[in-house]
Amino acid sequence: MGILFWGSLAIILAGGMASLALGRFSPWAGRVGSIGVFVGCLMGLAPAMDVIVTGAVMSWSMEWRMPYGSLSCRIDALSAFFLIPIFLVSGVSALYGSRYLKIHETTKNLGASWFFYSILVVSMALVVVARNGVLFLVVWEIMSLASFFLVTFEHEKESVRQAGWIYLTATHLGTFFLLVLFVVLAREAGSMDFDRFEAMRFHSAAIAGPAFIFAVIGFGTKAGFIPFHVWLPEAHPAAPSHVSALMSGVMIKTGIYGLVRTLTFLSPPQIWWGWLLVGVGLTSGVIGVLFALAQHDLKRLLAYHSVENIGIIALGLGLGLIGTATHQPVLACLGFGGGLLHVLNHALFKGLLFLGAGSVLHATGTREMDRLGGLINRMPWTSATFAAGSVAICGLPPLNGFISEFLIYVGAYHAMGRPDVSIPSAGVIVGLAMIGTLAVACFTKVLGVVFLGEPRTEAAAKAHESDWAMRIPMIALALGCVAVAAAAPWIVGLMSPIVSGVAGIPAQAVKTHLRIIQGPLESVTWMALLLVFGIAILAMLRKRLLAGRPVDRAGTWDCGYAMPSARMQYTSSSYAKPLIHLFDGILQTKTSYDAPVDLFPARAGLHTHTEDVFRRRIYEPLFHAVDRFRSSLRWMQEGRVQVYILYIAVTLVVLLIGGL
Amino acid sequence: MKIVIEALIVLLILTNLKLIASSRLSACIRVVAVQGVLLGLMPLIAGQEALTLRIAALSGLTMLLKGVVFPWLLLKTLRSANVRREIEPFVGYAASLMIGAGLLFLAIWMSRQLPMPFAVTSPLIMPLAFFTMMIGLFAVISRRKAITQVLGYLVMENGIYAFGLVFAQHEPLLVELGILLDAFMAVFVMGITIFHINREFDHIDADRLSALKG
Repeated sequence: MGILFWGSLAIILAGGMASLALGRFSPWAGRVGSIGVFVGCLMGLAPAMDVIVTGAVMSWSMEWRMPYGSLSCRIDALSAFFLIPIFLVSGVSALYGSRYLKIHETTKNLGASWFFYSILVVSMALVVVARNGVLFLVVWEIMSLASFFLVTFEHEKESVRQAGWIYLTATHLGTFFLLVLFVVLAREAGSMDFDRFEAMRFHSAAIAGPAFIFAVIGFGTKAGFIPFHVWLPEAHPAAPSHVSALMSGVMIKTGIYGLVRTLTFLSPPQIWWGWLLVGVGLTSGVIGVLFALAQHDLKRLLAYHSVENIGIIALGLGLGLIGTATHQPVLACLGFGGGLLHVLNHALFKGLLFLGAGSVLHATGTREMDRLGGLINRMPWTSATFAAGSVAICGLPPLNGFISEFLIYVGAYHAMGRPDVSIPSAGVIVGLAMIGTLAVACFTKVLGVVFLGEPRTEAAAKAHESDWAMRIPMIALALGCVAVAAAAPWIVGLMSPIVSGVAGIPAQAVKTHLRIIQGPLESVTWMALLLVFGIAILAMLRKRLLAGRPVDRAGTWDCGYAMPSARMQYTSSSYAKPLIHLFDGILQTKTSYDAPVDLFPARAGLHTHTEDVFRRRIYEPLFHAVDRFRSSLRWMQEGRVQVYILYIAVTLVVLLIGGL
Repeated sequence: MKIVIEALIVLLILTNLKLIASSRLSACIRVVAVQGVLLGLMPLIAGQEALTLRIAALSGLTMLLKGVVFPWLLLKTLRSANVRREIEPFVGYAASLMIGAGLLFLAIWMSRQLPMPFAVTSPLIMPLAFFTMMIGLFAVISRRKAITQVLGYLVMENGIYAFGLVFAQHEPLLVELGILLDAFMAVFVMGITIFHINREFDHIDADRLSALKG
């Protein structure tokens, strides 16, 4: 099985290299690259599944001449669990990308793009299997750089370059905290090996507390915890859609992986860690979905939903930590189980939604929701799969988003009324409910404005369905959402070794605790089947009744008015207005309103714009201050070689004299 | 024997001072050439053990490169670049001499502070090494013309060579040869670069390269 894993990485890498070699304008560059990634990913799924099902851990170790480094890797249950979404979403996105990038074939170097794509996939896989701090940081940086080059694919656009810089800055600031984290741990352990970290079990609060904070900041920047999320709404819209799917669906989850892996080094957890994560989760979830609601750009909206879902994952992990700290194994198992399962679920449906958004962008050339509309008739496959993804992301039954949120809900309800845990549990229940409601509002807006109604522009009216190379990935991910939901009781059973490793509870005990959820999950599955069955019966009934009767088709929003126009429809701003208004204190939406005057108003206009509050209020002032400080030091950079050498000489002489 | 060595060292210190006190570029080049030859003589005279073929070859090579090849290359460049004098240096000649004296003092003080693991041929040789390196750096910093900067670099290398003399019996000659080759390449490349800069811009003032700053 080990050979399959390394073989798959080799194939992915070989595909990328070959694509790069084929170079600039060869049509084969794209094909070779995407096929390499696709085949490699299919192959890589096998060992990951094998580890999860059989529970056999694979490990490798090699000497490395790097100080403190060793090339040791291991696929345990947790790594394998993260490998599955990595390979799954990377594979289908590669297939999608082969078609999606075709329009750039003559103008761009697709070889380079596929090269970085393959590097990104391989480095993500290595991040979750690395067992040494130095190795981890190296592959972590490779991952960040590869994704930076993918984000800046359309680097001729100013906005894309700007997004790329924001991403690069954010990711490096995050890595700085990770470096500190690993140095702190290594100083105690005397080694950078994760095995050593695990054996140490950093008990002392003086080490474990700061280490946890560093991990939350460092990994949280990659994952997108508020307030470290600012790069997501910039980078995701700027990247090509299959890259957005990969980054949002999978790459930000490496942050969650890192956090969870760090938790296995630090034990027993203190209760405030759980409180902190619940707090972070509530903030990210609620504020993320609110900002999503206020967006007009489809991909930026989805990016904010990633922040929201990362928040849900943090809620689950936070409950799990509280459960472990207060010795309530049921809460621990359900919290960690729900949070980790949401990682897989979010990868599936967010990948699907970004691919769907890409399909819309590909067909109409715009991401502005107010320029779309009526796509359900023109793009039935995209619409259907996007709708499936929307149901899943809203956490509605019968799809997979519901399952993981259900686990967290049940854990929180179970903990209600017990000492120490009532307040966070109540907070989680209220928060999840609020997030779910707002998410439903947000996705009814997206579906209603983009897919229903009448097209608002020429481009939307002329939209056409994407071809099969783009449809199949979307269908596959939609089926994945269905499959996870249908197989939920079984999957939750399989997760017990993973949860056991994180929560520090024996696997057998976890199995028993998880059993309380499996019964309800089975009934959820049955209910879902019943629902599908019921809908099918109703559809058949409708067909029966309509058979032989004349069916009229009238314009949407006709309502008897003779000359309806597309501008009479709800827009994305008008639909969300009441909710936005309610939360104006957080969102601070800027509105410019040109009110109609007279009985026959000539022109009127309304423009709303919601900037990221954290970016405007925290980061922009901060970086401007840094910039001012930097400019005040500019006199040092004279531009004269002589002066630079003087600096060096003075430094050397001072050091020498100081040393004597 | 010791008196000869110390005379050589004093001469070397004087060449350093002459370098920073003179405005004519051709004179500077000649001073550096003399310095190279004097330094090349050092291992022949100061060697504590018997004169081997290796030491003789090294000295010969040093004298050939520093005394003949480098000056010839630089003088050629000077002629083609058509400059004669260092005009308006950043630090004037009188001030340079004062600073030179200060640096000499600093060098002597520093070598007093350094504990020597073994007996040295002359107590003056460590100060000489420091002083030569500092003068080289000072020439690079305080002068405008690219040629003077090359000379500063060469003098710095001479300082390192002098430092190497202290450890002559402890240091493999291969390292010395490596440094020599390095310096040779540097002078070669810089000579070509200066020539080209001159052709493009009609001057070789290194400080005006700041116009290239972004």
